[in-house]
Amino acid sequence: MRRPARDTAESQRRITRRGLVVGGLQLGVMSALALRMRYMQLEQADQFRLLADENRINVQLIPPTRGRIFDREGRIIAENVPSYRITMIREQARDVDEVIARLARLVELDPGELEKARRELKELRGDTPVTVADRVTWEDISRVAVNAPALPGVHPEVGLSRRYPLRGDHAHVVGYVGPVSDRDLERVDAPEQLLRLPRFQIGKIGLEAQRENLLRGSAGTRRVEVNAAGRVMRELDRQEGQPGADVQLTLDNELQTYANARLDGESAAVVMIDCESGDILVCASSPSYDPNLFVRGISVADYRALLDDPYRPLPNKAVQGIYPPGSTFKMVTALAALEAGDVSLQDTVYCPGHLEISGRRFHCWKRGGHGNMDFHLSLRESCDVYYYELALRTGIENISAMAERLGLGVQFDLPMTSVAKGLAPTREWKVANRGAPWVVGDSANASIGQGFVLASPLQLAVMTARLATSRSVMPRLIKSIDGVEQPSGHGEPMGLNENLLREVRRAMYAVTNSNRGTAYRSRIIEDAFRMAGKTGTSQVRNISTGERSTGVISNNNLPREQRDHALFVSFAPYDAPKYAVAVVVEHGGGGSTAAAPIARDITLQALYGEDPPLAAYPEADRPRIKAQQEKLRAARSRPEAEESDRA
Amino acid sequence: MSYLEQSIKTAPSGARKFLCLNWPLVILLCTVAGVGFLMLYSVAGGNLEVWAEPQMKRFALGLAVMLVVAMVPIWFWRNMSLLAYLISLALLIAVALIGVEGKGAQRWIDIGFMRLQPSELVKITLVMLLAAYYDWLPMSRVSRPIWVLIPVGLILTPVALVLRQPDLGTSILLLAAGGVVMFVAGVHWAYFATVILAIAALVFAVFESRGTDWQLLENYQYRRIDTFLNPDNDPLGAGYHITQSKIALGSGGWTGRGFMQGTQSRLNFLPEKHTDFIFVTLAEEFGFIGGISILGLYTLILVFCIAAAFGNKDRYSSLLILGVAMTFFLFFAVNMAMVMGLMPVVGVPLPLVSYGGSAMLVLMVGFGLVQSAHIHKPR
Repeated sequence: MRRPARDTAESQRRITRRGLVVGGLQLGVMSALALRMRYMQLEQADQFRLLADENRINVQLIPPTRGRIFDREGRIIAENVPSYRITMIREQARDVDEVIARLARLVELDPGELEKARRELKELRGDTPVTVADRVTWEDISRVAVNAPALPGVHPEVGLSRRYPLRGDHAHVVGYVGPVSDRDLERVDAPEQLLRLPRFQIGKIGLEAQRENLLRGSAGTRRVEVNAAGRVMRELDRQEGQPGADVQLTLDNELQTYANARLDGESAAVVMIDCESGDILVCASSPSYDPNLFVRGISVADYRALLDDPYRPLPNKAVQGIYPPGSTFKMVTALAALEAGDVSLQDTVYCPGHLEISGRRFHCWKRGGHGNMDFHLSLRESCDVYYYELALRTGIENISAMAERLGLGVQFDLPMTSVAKGLAPTREWKVANRGAPWVVGDSANASIGQGFVLASPLQLAVMTARLATSRSVMPRLIKSIDGVEQPSGHGEPMGLNENLLREVRRAMYAVTNSNRGTAYRSRIIEDAFRMAGKTGTSQVRNISTGERSTGVISNNNLPREQRDHALFVSFAPYDAPKYAVAVVVEHGGGGSTAAAPIARDITLQALYGEDPPLAAYPEADRPRIKAQQEKLRAARSRPEAEESDRA
Repeated sequence: MSYLEQSIKTAPSGARKFLCLNWPLVILLCTVAGVGFLMLYSVAGGNLEVWAEPQMKRFALGLAVMLVVAMVPIWFWRNMSLLAYLISLALLIAVALIGVEGKGAQRWIDIGFMRLQPSELVKITLVMLLAAYYDWLPMSRVSRPIWVLIPVGLILTPVALVLRQPDLGTSILLLAAGGVVMFVAGVHWAYFATVILAIAALVFAVFESRGTDWQLLENYQYRRIDTFLNPDNDPLGAGYHITQSKIALGSGGWTGRGFMQGTQSRLNFLPEKHTDFIFVTLAEEFGFIGGISILGLYTLILVFCIAAAFGNKDRYSSLLILGVAMTFFLFFAVNMAMVMGLMPVVGVPLPLVSYGGSAMLVLMVGFGLVQSAHIHKPR
C-alpha cells in the first residue's frame, strides 16, 4: 500500500487538529465532572451528610412498662408478663410467601392467624410490622433469631402483656387493656406515635381506661443504625422513657374475692366502704367475666355470650347500676323531716295499712297496717305509711336536699367507667325531664325510695357510712400512686343534729337486733361486732289494681325479671362503725332474705379478717353457715390453682 | 521506500520491544487497578476474598494479555481488523439467538470456562475496523457521502444489535467512539453538525409535542422520561438508586468518612456497590480529594494516550489509539456522570476499578493495541 508522503503529512496534521478538538471536549466533560463533584462534596456536603445519617439512623420507640395495680395490702391485681411474638415487614421480606414458607418450617403457625397475617401483609402499608404468630414460646423465638439471615423482614419480638391473676374478681373496677383500635385513635386529637406501635395495649374500660395517662407512662426512644434491609446493626444511644405509675387501690383482694364468691353468680352488687377513710374495700358486681380474654382479643362467640347473658356480666352494677333504693331510703326521708322540725321523734302516725293521697290509695307493705308508729318503730318495722305522712309534711325539696347531703344523686369522681349519678328528684327536674308538674303522690313514692329516686350500691354504701359517722365520708378508690398516699375520704362533719343521727342509728340497730326488726335473722351475735342496717325491697313493676283486689302475687310465682330487687345497707360495729356495706340483689325478692345475709357475711369476713367463727352467727343458722363457709373456701381456692396450671 | 518496509526496518525486535513499551501508561493502569483492589476490599467489608482477590487475578491476566498484544506488530492487528470485527458481529448475533439472560438483558454467551460478553469485544473491534478503513481510504475521499455512509453502517450494525439486548450504555459508547474516530479521521464537520442538530431537533420535538395533537410518544413513555430526568420525584422507586448514590457521594465531603467508614456502602444503601457504583464508595470514603485523584489518574492516562497518538506517524495507529482513548474516556465519564446524577443510570462500569472480567479484559486488549502501536511506530 503506497501513499504519497504529502498525504501522510496532511493526514497527520488533520488527526492532530481534530484530536485536539476531541481532547478539548474531553477536558470540558472532565471539568464538568470535577465541578459537579466539588458542588456535591464541598458545598452540599452537610446536607448529604444529614441525609446519610437519616438513612442509617432509625429512631425507635421503647414502649413504657405499664404501671402495675395492687390492692391495699400490696397484693397484685394487674401485672405485666413477657409475651413473645413474631412479626413480619413486607417491604423487607420482599418475597412474602417464600419467607412464610421458611418460617413455617421452624415454627408452628396457626392457620387462622396466618390467614389474617397474609391479608394484612397485602393490605397494610409495606413498612407496617404484621404479627404472624402471637404468644409463641421462647424456643420458637430463639429458633427464629438464629435463622434470621434466611428470614428477611421477620422479627422476633418480646413484649409485655397485661395479666389479671385474679381474673373476674376485679374485672368491673379495674377493667382491662387491649390493642389500640382505630376508634381509640379517632378519639384522641393527636395520637402519640406510641399508640401506633403494633399490639400496644391501652386501657379500654374501668380504671385501666380512666387512669390511662397515669398507668401508661411515656415512651423512651433509641437510635439504632440500620442497614438498607432495615435490620438493626447496633444501638447508638437510648433515652429511657418513664414507666407507668404503680397504682395501689383501696380494695382488699381477699374481701373482694370472698364477695365475688359469696355473690355466687347472682345478678348482684356489693360495695363496702371503710367508714374511717372512705376507702372502697369491696366493689363487686356479679356475675363477672375474665378480663384476660379481652387482653388476648375475645372471640366473637365469647363476647356474644357475655352480651346475651340475662344476668348482664359486663356492666359494673356496683357503681353503674342504679336502682330505686326502696326502704333503704327511709332514713333520708326521716332525717329530712326531723331536721326540718316537721316531725318529732315522739310524734306518732297511725298506719291502717294504707294512706289516701289526693284520691289515690298508697299501700303499706303490711296489708293489715302497723297501728301507731313513731320514728323508731317505723324504721324498725319499715312502715310505709309513716313515711308517706312525713313526705306530705316536709316536701320533696327537703327530702332530695337531704339525699344529696348523704351522697345520693351525687356524682362521685371515681376512676371507674360510667360512675352513675343516680337521682334525687326535685320539682324542677320533673318539669324539665318529664314535662309534667310534680304531684303529691310523687313525694309519697319518693319517701319510700320508689318512683323517681335512683341510687347505685356505691351511693347507698356512702349514705350508710355518712349516717354511721356523721361525717361526709367520700369514697376513695386509689390509695396511693407510686407510693404517694392520696387524700383520704375521711370527710368533715355533716352538720346534722347529732341527736337525730344517733336515733337513726339506734333504729337501724333495731332493724337487725330487735326480734321485731325486718333483718333480725341476719343479726351478728358477737357483742363487739353488732351490726345495724336497713332492708329494702324495690318494685320493678307496677302492681295493678286488679292484683290489689285479688291479692299481690308472691315474688316466687313471678318470672325472674319481674321480681323485686332486694337491697340491704348496714354498718358495723354499731358502737364504733368501721365498715359500711350496701348490697343489691337484682330480682332477689325481699331485702331481708336475699340481701341482708350477704352484707352480714362480708362484714364478718372483714371484721375477723378471715372466715368468722360460727359463734358470731345466730345458733339456728350455724350448720347452714358452716356448709356455706366450706363451699366458699373451695370456690376461692380454685382460681389460684388454675393460675398455677396456666403458668 | 514504502511505509511498511520502513516500519519493519525500524521497529525494535526481541527484548528491546519490552523497553519501548509506554511505561508511564503501564504504571498508570496498575495504579488505577490498585485503587480498584482497595475499594473492592473496602466494599466487601474488609474481606479480600470476595471481590478483591478475583479482581487481582483478572488484572494479572489482563496485564499478560496486554503485553502479548503489545508484542505483536501493529500491522498484523491492522490486517486482522476486518476479521475481528466480523467475528465480534457474529458473536453479537449469536448472543441474540443463544445468549444467556442476566439481569433482564441478554448479553452473555456461556462458553464453558467463562461468560463471553461480545458487546464488550465489539467496542474494540469497531474502533480497529474504523481505523483500518480510514487508513485504507485516501484522504480525498474521506468526506464523500458514499464513503461516509460505509463507516456509518459499520457503526450502526453493532449498535442495533446491542440495543436489542437491551444495553443502552454500550450503544452510546459505540456511537460516540465510532463517531470520534470518524471525526478525527477528517470527515467534514458539517456531517457532525447535521447529526447533532437533527438529534437536538428530535429531542425538542418530542418534548414540545407533549400534550398536543401530534404527540410523538405515548403518555407512559413520557412518564418514564420524567423519572429518568427527575429521580427525586420517586425517591423510593425508580429513583432510589440514584438518590442513595448522590447521598453517599455528597456525604463524603472534603476528605471523606475514612477508609471502610462509609455508612452508605457499609449498610447496603448503595446498589451495585462493587460494580457500577464503586466510584461512589470511593468518593464517600475518601471524599473530594479521593474523587478528584482518580479523575486525575484517568486524565493522565488520556493525556499519555493522546500524546502517543500525536507522536505516531502511522495513520492506523493514531486513529486506533485515539479510538481506544475515547472508549476509555467514555467509560469513566459516563459512569461518573451517572452516579453523580448527571445522567440516567445506563449500566457502564468504572474502567479498571469496577468488579468484572469482560470489560477489564477488553480494555486491556485495547491498551495492548495502544502499546503495540507505540512500540511499532515508524521511527
